[in-house]
Amino acid sequence: MIMRFLHKFSSPPYFYSISGRLLPWLTLLFLALLAYGLYGGLVTAPADYQQGDSFRIIYVHVPAAWMSMFIYVVMAVSGAIGLIWRIKLAEIVSISSAPIGASFTLLALITGSLWGKPMWGTWWVWDARLTSELILLFLYLGVIGLYSAIEDNRTASRAVAILALVGVVNIPIIHYSVEWWSSLHQGPTVTKFAKPSIHIDMLIPLLVMAGAFKVYYAIALLLRCRNELVQREQGSRWLGEILENK
Amino acid sequence: MSDFLHMGGYAFYVWTSYGIAFVVMLIGVIKPLLVHKQQLRGLKLKRQRGQR
Repeated sequence: MIMRFLHKFSSPPYFYSISGRLLPWLTLLFLALLAYGLYGGLVTAPADYQQGDSFRIIYVHVPAAWMSMFIYVVMAVSGAIGLIWRIKLAEIVSISSAPIGASFTLLALITGSLWGKPMWGTWWVWDARLTSELILLFLYLGVIGLYSAIEDNRTASRAVAILALVGVVNIPIIHYSVEWWSSLHQGPTVTKFAKPSIHIDMLIPLLVMAGAFKVYYAIALLLRCRNELVQREQGSRWLGEILENK
Repeated sequence: MSDFLHMGGYAFYVWTSYGIAFVVMLIGVIKPLLVHKQQLRGLKLKRQRGQR
């Protein structure tokens, strides 16, 4: 049942039409989550007892950092699926994720810098957390560069999948960097097994913003996948039919 | 309201963070939308030329 659905979903014409119908609903959901998260984070959450209002950067910094790692894993896993089963849509999901992941990594680094300056007194330190996140950005840029350097899409996808899979080692390093090495960066407050050490009024907007960023990823991913699909399937009959009905 | 904008003295850091995030995420959807429009226009032209 699930396999049959996945098989149908991964057929290009079906994916194209269903993603077109999904996008407006996803946009609506994103805007609702964003509005709630921003209100909660900027207005109702109390100021931090140590960091004052500067801690509110958390509501863009942490979701962006989470997404930078989540998207990398999606990119690597779908790359592997494309590598093993030669599913076209998996290849497309993998390469379409790269620029979105890169922009979230960039956001995590920039907002982290803007948070570090008033709290640590410096824009940047070469410590484990910051450096491994910077390496993540270079991995994304490497994937994008490698893909565009190889003419044939399918060969390029295979090469990129291998690079992405090798780079997966960096993900646990980023996560545990604040525990393995001493760092200016604070330890995990939410993603740990013990009770999160953050006040509930601060935590809920953070989780809502994380949800909003996830939905944003879905939107940006669908948009990019559609473009990549059109690019690859230029001469196909189903695309011709869509053009005629427009 | 001005208290809100002031952000306890951290206005520059907080609002720059939110501003950059807003711009980056907006570009992240606008750009693929524009590309899609161009693609469809290009393909339509190609087909029309092919039919003649």
